[in-house]
Parts: sequence; C-alpha cells; structure tokens
Amino acid sequence: MNHMPLPRRRSLGEVHVAKVTLAHGGGGKAMKDLIDDVFVSAFDNGLLAPMEDQARIDLTVLAKHGDRLAFTTDSFVVDPLFFPGGDIGKLAVCGTVNDLAVGGAKPLYLSCAAIIEEGVELDLLRRIAKSMAKTARDAGVQFVTGDTKVVQKGACDKVFLTTTGIGVIRPEYALSSDRARPGDIVIVNGMLGDHGAAILGARGDMLLDSPIESDCAPLNGLIDALLAAAPGTRTIRDATRGGVATVLNEFADASQVAIEIDETKTPIRPEVKGFCEILGLDPLYLANEGKIVAIVPPDQAAAAIAAMQTHVFGEGSTVIGEVRAGEPGRVTMKTVFGGTRIVDMLVGEQLPRIC
Amino acid sequence: MKYVDEFRDAEKAKSLIHEIRLLAKSIPIAKERPIAIMEVCGGHTHSIFRYGLEGMLPKEIELVHGPGCPVCVLPMGRVDDCVSVAKRPEVIFTTFGDAMRVPGSKGSLLQAKADGADVRMVYSPMDALALAKKNPDREVVFFAIGFETTVPSTALTVLQAKADGIRNFSLFCNHITIVPTIKAILDSPDLQLDGFLGPGHVSMVIGTRPYEFVSTYYKRPMVVAGFEPLDVLQSIWMVLKQIQEGRAEIENQYARIVPEDGNSPALAAVSEVYELREFFEWRGLGSIDHSGLKVREKYAEFDAELKFKMPNIKIADPKSCQCGEVLKGVIKPWQCKVFGSACTPETPLGALMVSSEGACAAYYQYGGVKKYEAAS
Repeated sequence: MNHMPLPRRRSLGEVHVAKVTLAHGGGGKAMKDLIDDVFVSAFDNGLLAPMEDQARIDLTVLAKHGDRLAFTTDSFVVDPLFFPGGDIGKLAVCGTVNDLAVGGAKPLYLSCAAIIEEGVELDLLRRIAKSMAKTARDAGVQFVTGDTKVVQKGACDKVFLTTTGIGVIRPEYALSSDRARPGDIVIVNGMLGDHGAAILGARGDMLLDSPIESDCAPLNGLIDALLAAAPGTRTIRDATRGGVATVLNEFADASQVAIEIDETKTPIRPEVKGFCEILGLDPLYLANEGKIVAIVPPDQAAAAIAAMQTHVFGEGSTVIGEVRAGEPGRVTMKTVFGGTRIVDMLVGEQLPRIC
Repeated sequence: MKYVDEFRDAEKAKSLIHEIRLLAKSIPIAKERPIAIMEVCGGHTHSIFRYGLEGMLPKEIELVHGPGCPVCVLPMGRVDDCVSVAKRPEVIFTTFGDAMRVPGSKGSLLQAKADGADVRMVYSPMDALALAKKNPDREVVFFAIGFETTVPSTALTVLQAKADGIRNFSLFCNHITIVPTIKAILDSPDLQLDGFLGPGHVSMVIGTRPYEFVSTYYKRPMVVAGFEPLDVLQSIWMVLKQIQEGRAEIENQYARIVPEDGNSPALAAVSEVYELREFFEWRGLGSIDHSGLKVREKYAEFDAELKFKMPNIKIADPKSCQCGEVLKGVIKPWQCKVFGSACTPETPLGALMVSSEGACAAYYQYGGVKKYEAAS
C-alpha cells in the first residue's frame, strides 16, 4: 500500500472572498485561512512556522547579543491607513523597532496583534502585511507570533495593530533620560515634523495639496552607528507623538537640567513650515516616525554627527541645542528673531490619531 | 520661506529694538511709569510670545494683552447653550478646534463629545455646510465665533446654504465686533493705556476708518499692525513716535493687507446676513452694547438659536477668576489668584487659559521668560 509522504510543511490556507466577515474571527477554518493568507505567508520564518500558541526563543541566542532584555509594546490606529511615505504596517514595525533601539537594544523579535473591522478588504490586509514584512526585513527583525480578532462594523476603524518587541542590550550601554548634564549637546537626525504634516495632508480635510512624505523609518542601524561613534551617549528617544518639544521636556525633567535649543538650527522643511503657518501648528510638537533626539557629551558630539551623517536615515543629522544648568526641567528656544521663549509640554493633542 | 522670513530678520529686529529703546527713553512719562500699549488682537499676543518679543523690549514699555481672542471672551452661558444643542441626538455640532476646550458651567464641548455628543472639528464653516449636504437626515450646527475676521466666511456660508436650498444647516452666532469693545475698554475707569496696536485681520475687513474715535475722542494713538515679529516691533515704534510727538492718530503699518476702506464685498455679505444685537455678554468684561451680531430675520431658518430654542441662561464667571482684570490690563496674568494653580491649560477656569491666543495660556505655555522669572 502506498503511503502519502507527510508534508514537511503544512499547506497555507487561502481566503477566496474579497472582504473580511465575522466568520474570519470565529476561531475555525475561516480564521486559520485568514491568518495564513495574510500574515503567515508574508512573515514566513522558522520561529513562526510551527504555529504553536507561543514563539519559543533560545536564551543562548539572546545572550549572544547582550546582558539585558528590552521589551516594549505599541498600538497603531493611524488614519488614513496609507499615507505618503508609509502605511500602518510600516509604522507598526518602525514604532516598536525604534522604541527598542533608542534604549540601546538590538531589536530581534516582534509580535503582531491585529484587530480588524468586518467588511475590510482582504487585499488591503495583504498590502499591510506585505509592508510589515518588508519593513521587518529592512530592520533585521522577525515576526514570531501574533493574534487576529475580527470585530463588528463600527467597533474599530478598519484595522488597528499592536506590535510588541523584544531586543537585547549590550552590556556597555546605559542610556537613561536622567543622565543629561550641563554642556551636553542635543542632536537630531534630520528634518522635523514630516510625519505629522504628511498625515494631516493625507487626510484631505485641509484641501491642501502637499508633497510632504512621512519620515517613517526603522532607526536601529542609525542608532548602532551613533552609539559606536559616541559610546558615552547619555540618552536617546524617538520624537513621535508630541514631537521634539515633548522629548526635550522629558529629558529636562528626568535629568533636572535646562535645555536650550536654537530655532535657526532646528531643521524644518519649508513645506512643513508653510503647513504649520497656515494651520497655526507648531512644528516642534508635530510627530515624527523616523527621528531621534540624542543627548551626547560635548567631546563626542562631532564624532556622533559624523557617524550619523553616513547613514541613510541620518544624512541631515545636526546639533539643535545644548543642556544648560538653568532652571531644572525648563526647555527654552532662542527664536529666529533673537528672543527667547519657553517650549513647554503640549497640553492636549495638536492632532488626533497620527500613529 | 519667502514673504515670511523677511519679516523675521533678527538683524533688522536688533536695530528696531535699539530705535525703540532710544525713543522710549526720550518720552518723559516713561521715567515715572512704563508706557502701556495694548495689543487688542489675540494674534498679536500669540506672535509676541511665539518670538519672545516681550523679553526684547526695554523696561519702559509694558504690553497689555487685550480682549481680542474670541474664544477667551465667550461667556459660560453660551458654551452651555452649545453643549445643550450638541447633545441632541439629531445634531452634528461643528466647531473650530480651539473652541472645544472652553469651559462652560456644565463642561466643555470636548467633554460633551466624550459623553457621546457628535461634536466635530472643522476648519471652515463651508466644511460644516458640506457635512450638512452629506448628512441630510441630521441637523448640522456650526459654532460661529470670532470678530470681523471670520464673520464674512460664515455670512457667505449662510448665503450659499440659502442658494443651495439646504434646510438642515444652521449656525449658532456668537460673532462679536471690535469697535464697541475698544470703546468699552477706553471707558473703563481703572484703565491706563497710552496707545494701541490695532487688529490686523479685523481691519482687513473693516478698514481703518472705524477706529477714528480712538484718536479724535479718546486722544490715543493706534497703529493697525501686522502679525510677523517685525510688524509688531515697527508698530510699537510707530505708537511711541506718536506719543513722543504728541500726536494721536490712526496709522496703518499693515498696509500690504489692510485697505483704508476695508473689503466691501465682505462687508456687503456681512450686512446682508447679520445685524447688531442690542448688547452682548463678554466674559470678564460684562455686557457691552452693540458688540454682538445676530442673524437677520430674513435668514432666520439658519439661526440655531431660534431653531433649537436655546436656554440662553446667563452664568456668572467663576468668582476666583480674574479674567476681566487681565483683559483690561489691570493685572498681569501671573498676578491672578488662580494662575498656574487652580487654573492651568489642562483645567482652565477662565477662558484666557484655553486658547493659545489667550494671555494666560500664552504666559503659561511660552512664558515671557524674564518677566515670569522676575515675578516668581
């Protein structure tokens, strides 16, 4: 009697309808097909393939990269899902990769939880998953576990994603927001406010045609270059919601120092400036998805800038200010006009749902 | 950025500041007390803080931040009316963003939204009209707010709604006019002002002639000013020059935008749709005669006050709140009893803490660094 050979890999299910229905969240074959068709086929890797309820990660593999685990999570509800320079999938990878990398960690593994509204087109989901997979490859990370829920119409807006990531921190890195000292230099890696302006433009509410693209990018490579050149770097944060102004306030508060930035040195695209002028927004508070603020000791600042500028996401790296001994927690800006103003935390939201 | 950077030139600012300092020192009264100049418009207040102008000026000059922020002078009762309409299930309530956080006696529009009211932020009254066309089974109400700057846009929206035969659109008119307000400030007994920076955008609509009473009757100089920092500095210099030479005139620094006679098509649309109210209640300033606009009877179908029979209950300002004294320049924001303690941008008691054009929020947010430090 002939035996069928056991397949080494199980065959992946496929969805043959155009739109997601509640059946795709029911836990049965339809759900398995959805997960296979959209996510497993895109993320395909050895850790995901066994499809257990959890990914199993060898501790010895982790330990090769350092001595501390970094662990973070972030949810993504951006509207619209696709915008110039990115989409929710790319954002979901970059956001979590960057949150790991700014702590000095090498990002390694991600999970993805998707909450999908019934009626969403399968092709839309496939495009998002492909974008996630591509960005993950670019960033050198793998999706190793995930979850999918389908909710009825109106219970969420098309697709919400949550990504959780783990990375490993090398023993010599001790980045911390309370380590800024007077004299330290404040560095950013390029033009500020692009993401916030791009999303606002993409919504179309303003009827403004804008060529601005989101800066959404995985920054782990750039941060590697920065830390290699300036190992004494005090702290790094990605300037997402709340923009650079918020990050600087967090640093000033945690380190109990004053920070002064110089408006003439703060890199903002003319298009973004124009956008902000028309709408009465302050670009310092606009979200970025591919920008970091780093505080570097003065003797390593030049090396840090030089190293960052060689990286594709750091070509525009520049000094925007310095840490001062003044009033603890106070961030000020020398204006283009020669005056000084306080740059405080934003009270409410400048814009809703930007990430 | 062309046509913007030219007005933010730090070198020109330095020489202007130098000139201002010389001029201020040559005015005898400045030896006894600072020369008090009120910027009427919230847009100027914002520029002054945004560019740190206060800290650059010599101590002989004191800027008094006037009532020209329409969000800030809105009394609580009107906000309560908004909330009551917004909570009706058939209503989509549309508003400019900064009006959402203004506190009424029963919360703000933002809180009403959280409670389930359909409150939406729009950038133009025409967006609200578009929403009405898209949602024929709902009643779309626009929260019309602002001085003469925004009045033409809401007037034109009403005319458009009429022309299109739209029946599910109305506006809650809270428009106010600047001239009676300046007059009320000048009539206030506890006030000492030496001159004014006149509002730029309002004047773009109404021109400069309506201010003539300031110079002829009250003998105060006024310079209609632009909003870029060099505009503001040049206008301060012009006010000082008038004081030094003993003149009281209405001058136009913002001539690149403001025509002497205003914008006649805009004014025609405004008078077609609106008429003056007998009086209007201002937060902090009380009732001011002929300072508010209402929709004319001809367009009554677009008047939300009539359509929804608003309660229109007068609510007194909170007792601890000294917005009125700040508005009139009697005290500085930080001298208010609740500034920065009970009243902050997160939990504003007074409306001056709400909008970025409000003097208190501007101090809190941007801080006139030197003066703030000197005071604390």
